Amino acid sequence: MDNKLRGRVQFVAALVQNADLRGFFTGRIDQGAQKAVCVPGLNCYSCPGALMSCPIGSLQAFLSARPVKVPYYVAGLLLFFGALLGRAVCGFLCPFGWIQELLHKIPFPRKKLGTFPGDRLLRRLKYLVLAGLVVLVPMLLTDWTPAFCKYLCPAGTLEGGVPLVLLHGERLHLEVGPLFFWKLFILVAVVLSGMAIYRPFCKYLCPLGALYAPFNRVALYRMRLSEDRCVACGKCARVCPMQVDPSKTPNSGECIRCGVCVGACPTKALRLGVREKQGQGIRDKGQGIRDKGQGIRD
Amino acid sequence: MKLQRLIPLALFLAAVGLLAAGLALGQPRDVLAKAARVCLECIGVG
Repeated sequence: MDNKLRGRVQFVAALVQNADLRGFFTGRIDQGAQKAVCVPGLNCYSCPGALMSCPIGSLQAFLSARPVKVPYYVAGLLLFFGALLGRAVCGFLCPFGWIQELLHKIPFPRKKLGTFPGDRLLRRLKYLVLAGLVVLVPMLLTDWTPAFCKYLCPAGTLEGGVPLVLLHGERLHLEVGPLFFWKLFILVAVVLSGMAIYRPFCKYLCPLGALYAPFNRVALYRMRLSEDRCVACGKCARVCPMQVDPSKTPNSGECIRCGVCVGACPTKALRLGVREKQGQGIRDKGQGIRDKGQGIRD
Repeated sequence: MKLQRLIPLALFLAAVGLLAAGLALGQPRDVLAKAARVCLECIGVG
């Protein structure tokens, strides 16, 4: 799939998830039964246009209940999306990921950066955010919940906070205080860094990215590398906006399945899809499964 | 190859099991109850 088509899919996905455009004018959020379903990506359910629910917000709501409710339903949905798509959810269906891609297209006063210094370490932060702010804090410190939404999530500020406060703040008696300015600061930081580097929030902070990352190795939709065709030119690694080397780790947890490497490969050694092409010396790295009979190895 | 195909299948089955348990416990109602009101903390004014 070329990048233009992916952009269209992202646009349609964002629109479908936020199709209640009247909400922006009325200041009311949708209360339909479909809101009992969580979307696969990060999309605030307090966005006036949101038709469905945020999985991270819902997860925190269950874990902060007393007694704690095991979130079977949300976990089932996330497991389903993960097993089907892995982080292709980030690359195709996440509205906030798409917004960051659009931000990256804006010319930046200084030269665009590939990553921040300490990139490898910073990428582990998202696992801490998932374990700490999404799971542990809601379970242990009820007053702080929903910790991720409350203190970190820029999607809630952008999609819900800013439009509701600007358009309907007075009527809805929304009082802007230090918390709002803190969240605005986070949003501005994400917007500015998003202009400088590709998808900084996805790379470093998104708990959904952390949750879907391990599924890249086993999801139905994944990348295959044909070793017979690969000439180790390194072009795929050079064009990857997420700084993954698909010739070494085609199913890295950092890959969002944007497919830029597939388009750049001069020998068509990389392939994204569901079905296996057999007998081509295909490498499915990270799978941890060896099956000599089919020419697939770890 | 078999194992490679079995892992996603096992994950899908687990997902269906979790979803069924969640539906049986009425958890979609809990999600809706949370999502149908503006979450003031989420938008930074709570």
